[in-house]
Amino acid sequence: MAVKKRVEMPTQDPMIRRTNFDEVALGYTEEMAREEASRCLNCKKPLCVEGCPVSVDIPRFIELIKEGKFQDSIDVVKSTNSLPAICGRVCPQENQCEAKCVLGRRGDPIAIGRLERFVADWEMAHGKSEIPNVSKTGKKVAIVGAGPAGLTCGGDLAKLGYDVTIFESLHEPGGVLMYGIPEFRLPKSIVKTEVDYVKKLGVNIELDFIVGRTLTIDEIFAQGFEAVFVGSGAGLPMFMHIPGENLNGVYSANEYLTRINLMKAYLFPEYDTPIVSGKKVVVVGAGNVAMDSVRCALRLGAEKAMIVYRRGREEMPARAEEIHHAEEEGVEFHLLANPVRIFGNDKGWVTSIECIRMELGEPDESGRRRPVPIPGSEFVMEADTVVMALGTSPNPIIVNTTDGLSAHSWGGLIVDEETGRTKRPRVWAGGDAVTGSATVILAMGAGKTAAKDIHEYLSSGSEDW
Amino acid sequence: MNEIVHKEILTPVTKKIVVNAPLIAKKAQPGQFVMLRIREEGERIPLTIADYDRDAGTITLIYQEVGLTTMLLGLMEVNDTIMDVAGPLGLPAELPESGKVVAVGGGVGVAPLLPKCKELHLRGVNLTSIIGARSHDLIILEDEMREYSDDLHICTDDGSRGFKGFVSDKLKELIDDGMTMDEVIAIGPMLMMKAVCEVTREHGIKTWVSMNPIMVDGTGMCGACRVSVGGQTKFACVDGPMFDGHLVDWDEAWRRANAYTEQEAIAVEHCRCGGGNNGC
Ligand SMILES: Cc1cc2nc3c(=O)[nH]c(=O)nc-3n(C[C@H](O)[C@H](O)[C@H](O)COP(=O)(O)OP(=O)(O)OC[C@H]3O[C@@H](n4cnc5c(N)ncnc54)[C@H](O)[C@@H]3O)c2cc1C
Ligand SMILES: Cc1cc2nc3c(=O)[nH]c(=O)nc-3n(C[C@H](O)[C@H](O)[C@H](O)COP(=O)(O)OP(=O)(O)OC[C@H]3O[C@@H](n4cnc5c(N)ncnc54)[C@H](O)[C@@H]3O)c2cc1C
Ligand code: SF4
Ligand code: SF4
Ligand code: FES
Repeated sequence: MAVKKRVEMPTQDPMIRRTNFDEVALGYTEEMAREEASRCLNCKKPLCVEGCPVSVDIPRFIELIKEGKFQDSIDVVKSTNSLPAICGRVCPQENQCEAKCVLGRRGDPIAIGRLERFVADWEMAHGKSEIPNVSKTGKKVAIVGAGPAGLTCGGDLAKLGYDVTIFESLHEPGGVLMYGIPEFRLPKSIVKTEVDYVKKLGVNIELDFIVGRTLTIDEIFAQGFEAVFVGSGAGLPMFMHIPGENLNGVYSANEYLTRINLMKAYLFPEYDTPIVSGKKVVVVGAGNVAMDSVRCALRLGAEKAMIVYRRGREEMPARAEEIHHAEEEGVEFHLLANPVRIFGNDKGWVTSIECIRMELGEPDESGRRRPVPIPGSEFVMEADTVVMALGTSPNPIIVNTTDGLSAHSWGGLIVDEETGRTKRPRVWAGGDAVTGSATVILAMGAGKTAAKDIHEYLSSGSEDW
Repeated sequence: MNEIVHKEILTPVTKKIVVNAPLIAKKAQPGQFVMLRIREEGERIPLTIADYDRDAGTITLIYQEVGLTTMLLGLMEVNDTIMDVAGPLGLPAELPESGKVVAVGGGVGVAPLLPKCKELHLRGVNLTSIIGARSHDLIILEDEMREYSDDLHICTDDGSRGFKGFVSDKLKELIDDGMTMDEVIAIGPMLMMKAVCEVTREHGIKTWVSMNPIMVDGTGMCGACRVSVGGQTKFACVDGPMFDGHLVDWDEAWRRANAYTEQEAIAVEHCRCGGGNNGC
């Protein structure tokens, strides 16, 4: 059988989209989806499923798309993945499900993510998302953080009849999906729809509530909650600690993206929160966070939007699609280069950044070749905005205010992987708070694992933990 | 929650509101603040918890109208609800159990100074306070400060009341006249806090200041609030807002506080002309 090529997904023209915040990828039409679905071999032993952290029944949902049974298809996806419209858009499929698809050996793997997105969007447009009728257990569970981990854990427990309250420190639920990932990659209306679904399941979300400050976990227990799941993410920004980093115009990616996404600074002055993003923007790093920042910079009017990254192209951790989209939009990549200092003018604003060229040496603990500076290779790039997208670590507020929790030196909570149990009885944790910055689907997976164990524990009636 | 239950106009530019926020009232400690947002399009701004009543479940906020958010907040009346109030945030102030403290407050800085003075008074610490403003009609919280202080000095820049000159000048005078103290707490405009630090530095008097950098989340997530203290970068919202004033890099703090001056003016202008529906 001739190997058909994968059906491309329409996108906004790069030169137009770099000036707006509308979604870049436009999604398949029904015809496109059915055609792409028709390439699937419906394998007896589907390797793709092994690549999916939540084991979506991929051949089955694709088969149903082929047959035009979209509602049945989304039901299959939703039986294991409660946020498909989000995962279809942001999962690094090329390392997960699609990496394993047999078709990838000789040609293009099935576009599993795009198909997942298609059925999820179809349901939002046509479907009736049903709220299951559950009988209440009468037991209360508290969740810290309304990111993907917390929302998934809460949703699953509500379906099992628990009285769930999610405590969220910001004024909007969604975690990184709301404050980090920009509108053009993940429309906020989609996040809101998913959050609304979780609320319809009966989950109560308390906003503006900082666990560890407003109430501690111990005080939450004292209010009659029988279990607590911590899904507080990895929200602390890292800096390089180089000279000039506190100049005006130097942002952490967290601040830059939070101003833009959560506070809608791109709509200033309709919205009150400002941002100063210049004409020459350097973003340091090459993960999803860096790609999101540099592409926001373009949309805020940068003439030059540049990535500076200390390793090479192969090592860039961002999703392949985002790197590709960034290139199409005209982002410049300065690879094998690392900042050493930032210069400013007499008013304290950034004017340029000095970098040093790097070469790749022996592999380090991460298995990637370690970048080492080439002596004497310093060079200066003009810049009026610098965004540090170097990664994030978990906020210590919870560990510092809760007896009995323990964390790694870098901040990640220590848990039993099988169950999500922390060292403190009746406290579970999962997502970025445990792993450090990872992916949406892994955070969801961790929320599910914990929900299952919380249910087993609470329904067993045992008091031993 | 978050309803304004009481409102007072303290000066032409300073207002006091008491807000129903039982959870925050229960936990608040002197030195802590809240982040608030007043409308969907609104910015998140920090305001110090100037007082709290754990039984009534209320917190008191005292603010100066300096830009869009504080002006819009100024238009809110009793029974209006503030959209978002989150807290208490920041580290509680480290206050001594005994000894002698001088509290120096400039302008609206007296508001964040007040809860510390109240606590020092409760602990029986000997407290001399110096409060000041540009002119007599801008002095706030005089009665409260008098109640908590063993000795209160009032200063005005224009000499319309009390000592003519800056609060830092008054402090210098007291020290020159032989007054001794274990520590100083200075809160107010940045230039004032810096001036106080210059006075105390040569005498080696420990001086606490409360930094008010621009903040976004107030929980350690963004780094907007970073200040250099003793050569190290600190996040004022989680490591502060109180720091050893002799170690603060004031020039950097000043530059960073003014990063959005242009945009702040645009925001006020936009609201005025585009307004109507915003009620301003
Ligand atoms: C800019 C950016 C782009 C990304 N792109 C991708 C992508 O394309 N694909 C992908 O798979 N992953 C991506 N990621 C990673 C992914 O978003 C995260 O791995 C995922 O969101 C983690 O989910 P979580 O629920 O563990 O934490 P979060 O999403 O961080 O949510 C944690 C929530 O807890 C709240 N919280 C924290 N502390 C407290 C407290 N003390 N009290 C109450 N609430 C608290 C926070 O406000 C937040 O809402 C990206 C991340 C960023 C920052
Ligand atoms: C911990 C802390 C406690 C504070 N407590 C009080 C208080 O009790 N009473 C009071 O009147 N003021 C207090 N402030 C200052 C107050 O937050 C600002 O005046 C307010 O944010 C101004 O917002 P605006 O929109 O009205 O003015 P804008 O037009 O936005 O700004 C006017 C001025 O306020 C500063 N500013 C702007 N945005 C912020 C921000 N998000 N955070 C901090 N400063 C900002 C600017 O540097 C500028 O000088 C405190 C600040 C901090 C950091
Ligand atoms: S959830 Fe992610 S990994 Fe799993 S099938 Fe969907 S896109 Fe692939
Ligand atoms: S491995 Fe590829 S072809 Fe086989 S079932 Fe999965 S998606 Fe279809
Ligand atoms: S305000 Fe964001 S880290 Fe302090």
